[in-house]
Amino acid sequence: MAANGKPPVMVILQLTGGNDFMNTLVPYNNPVYYDARPTVVIPQDTVLPINDTLAFNPNAAPLKEMFDDGKVAIVQGIGYQNSSRSHFRGMDIWHTCEPDKIGTEGWVGRAIRDLDPKKENVLTGVNFGRGLPRAMALAGTPITSVGDLDNVGLMTGIEEEARRNLALDLFKKMYSPAVGTGPVMEYLAQTGSDVLTGADILKKAPESYTSEVEYADNPIAKSLKDVARVHLAGLGTRIFYTAHAGYDHHANELKTHPGLLQDLSGAIMDFFQDLRDHDASDEVSMLVFTEFGRRMRDNGSGTDHGSGGGAFIIGENVKGGLYAEYPSLNPSDWLKGEDLDWKIDFRGIYGTMLDQWMGLDSVPIVDGQFEQIHPFN
Amino acid sequence: MADDDLALMAHLLRRAGFGAARSELEEYAAKGYEAVVEELLNPEYSPPVEEDIIDRYYGGEAPTIWVGKWFYRMIGTKRPLVEKMALFWHHVLATGINKTEHLPSSGGQIELFQRIGMSDVRTVLLEVSKDPAMIYWLDNHENRKGEPNENYGRELLELFSMGVGNYTEDDIKNAARAFTGWTITQPIPLYPQGHFKSEFQFSQGDHDEGEKTFLGHTGNLNGDDIVDIVVKQPATANFLARHMYNFFVADEPQVPAWSVEPPQDQEAIDTIVKAYMETDGDIVAMLRAMFNSDSFKNAQFKKVKNPTELVAGVLKLVGTYRFPEPGVVAFGAATTLMGQTLLNPPTVEGWHTGKEWIDGGTLNERINFAVNEIGDASKPGIQDIINRLGAHGGSVSPEEFTDKALDLVGPLPVDDKTHAALMEYAESVGSLDFSSDEAREEATPRVIHMLQMIAATREFQFA
Repeated sequence: MAANGKPPVMVILQLTGGNDFMNTLVPYNNPVYYDARPTVVIPQDTVLPINDTLAFNPNAAPLKEMFDDGKVAIVQGIGYQNSSRSHFRGMDIWHTCEPDKIGTEGWVGRAIRDLDPKKENVLTGVNFGRGLPRAMALAGTPITSVGDLDNVGLMTGIEEEARRNLALDLFKKMYSPAVGTGPVMEYLAQTGSDVLTGADILKKAPESYTSEVEYADNPIAKSLKDVARVHLAGLGTRIFYTAHAGYDHHANELKTHPGLLQDLSGAIMDFFQDLRDHDASDEVSMLVFTEFGRRMRDNGSGTDHGSGGGAFIIGENVKGGLYAEYPSLNPSDWLKGEDLDWKIDFRGIYGTMLDQWMGLDSVPIVDGQFEQIHPFN
Repeated sequence: MADDDLALMAHLLRRAGFGAARSELEEYAAKGYEAVVEELLNPEYSPPVEEDIIDRYYGGEAPTIWVGKWFYRMIGTKRPLVEKMALFWHHVLATGINKTEHLPSSGGQIELFQRIGMSDVRTVLLEVSKDPAMIYWLDNHENRKGEPNENYGRELLELFSMGVGNYTEDDIKNAARAFTGWTITQPIPLYPQGHFKSEFQFSQGDHDEGEKTFLGHTGNLNGDDIVDIVVKQPATANFLARHMYNFFVADEPQVPAWSVEPPQDQEAIDTIVKAYMETDGDIVAMLRAMFNSDSFKNAQFKKVKNPTELVAGVLKLVGTYRFPEPGVVAFGAATTLMGQTLLNPPTVEGWHTGKEWIDGGTLNERINFAVNEIGDASKPGIQDIINRLGAHGGSVSPEEFTDKALDLVGPLPVDDKTHAALMEYAESVGSLDFSSDEAREEATPRVIHMLQMIAATREFQFA
């Protein structure tokens, strides 16, 4: 799909906690918004309009700039039927595509299995951060999770080289497939041998990287820089995953949300600049999502858990613009009398990425056929 | 003393504490299992940690120092269950320092758990509802009459007591209204007079005095009433018993799955529930029923160690920090790399546990931490293991070497594959000789490498 003939790569960026979509893409000419949000509101004179009705939050200026360049598709009103207001259940549903039962298989894990059915590369899917998201969990499919890219390697505390090599050799034997020892032992064995394989390859990424781009010093910038370093090392990774936490704005939203949007949009801008400088941006598209939007009305200081939210698809091959439909602000259309409705099922957006960008068949991955959008050139 | 007794005692101390050095283990085992359970359940039988020594050596209020001090307590205390229960409640009532009105409040919450963690469920839920760190974390200081903020009300029911499926959205809204006005006083910053923590305050003017209906009870309910109603619910007994089982006995699925996935051992949980119902939620009674049950005794190595258990357990093994010495502040950073930042759980749901502690990155950190800690022959725990291995003063065959090393680290049972790899190492270095100081000197790095290999096994990841 990528114009430069390289295999397409997808970066998934999760905003954990439920980003306030209305305060990210602000309906700045709608009196209902200002009535519902007497306190937690983005003043009309500060917004960055993209048309007569919608505007970016002023703290997302880099995102607006990329939008103006035609690189950002905004997915409005993303959600699903009977949206869960629990973060944990909500995130689980997004991760497993199972709204009605508890799933254990992650959709990204299934996509990785399809991309690398013979398990030839433990780096086909790489997560950056502490703790593997359930989206990537799939028994038998190797996933590499990197906590600190600058310090990978097993048993580095054994200094004498011959001893360490012997230890690593024995480690390989101890972590060889442990069929029939129970799911946790089997998983441990696989993880251990993947670490051994992955660490050896990953070590090369920081060594070969140079860049003009200076990423900011914040967690999401660090994560996206790590994504860039591994992508640029050409290790065959097709799906990168990382998360940006802190979007659960029940209180003090006006103090904390701006910083998050600044960090986030700045990091995304720097990331794509870095890739462009290395002629490696054509093959990369990014999906930014969150588990739900917030309530229509603020609570005097923040906003409580709601339903319909928003997502972004970003990249060189993206046809920038507005997709799906901004949910109606008319109070009679509010879900449960208090939430923005949803307009497009999130599984259709995953499907859009999987079918149209990654060249996979999304039906088995997201468990069904859902309405898609067409955001790629 | 039978090997089984020693293994069972090691199991109890890994679960009810943070492991034990071999000499400690032998002392405990001599007392007998049930006597040790009672000793653990009655902390007043044992002397407390000397607080003034801790404060003299580890001053300051920074979270890293606070966490370092907690590690010092975990490995040095004679009342390990007090610290383990504080960690348990920290898992269940997860409150994060990334959203705090005042840093010391987070440590204050753990001190609260150390104080009341073994009292009764009503006391715990009521006190945590008034805890400044919790109030700020879940926005209850913003929960006012006419502008209810339902964050605390929701999580109290969903995550702290009953679990999803046992109440309605209306119950949440009414619980939130009952907690309106439960707020905190303004904290006073460090300078110029020193810290004054914020405290709980009931703000009458912000409290909603209207009629509320909660789980079938109607009236002008206050937060105390909500807690009183909640602790009487069988759902609460079930939910907290499952938490205890998950934390102390064997890994369960993650909490959000509990409303649909039945427990792996309902009978074991029923034992704990029964103790709860008979005593109105007495925590010691629940723990006693659990520790004395066969399901607990049979659950050796059925749980993946959480990072705190792994780090504290390795420190117990190598025997450092029995007295204050510098460096203790580093251990908070070590567990962070393994996916657990104490005082800062990722969300109010707490940490995902069991298998989910393990991924490529965290497994790498767990192994490297243990390998690094063990790689120093001067540490007292390593010296002790070398002394015990060479106690007969003669030669130790590869097979003896392997089995004794596994015994002294645990006792840690391993499968054939692991045993074969360790044997391969032992054979590669040949028999160990302890007949002279020089020979012992030569054997030392070999013992260390064996211990490092053991710390890198799959089996070592389990508690």
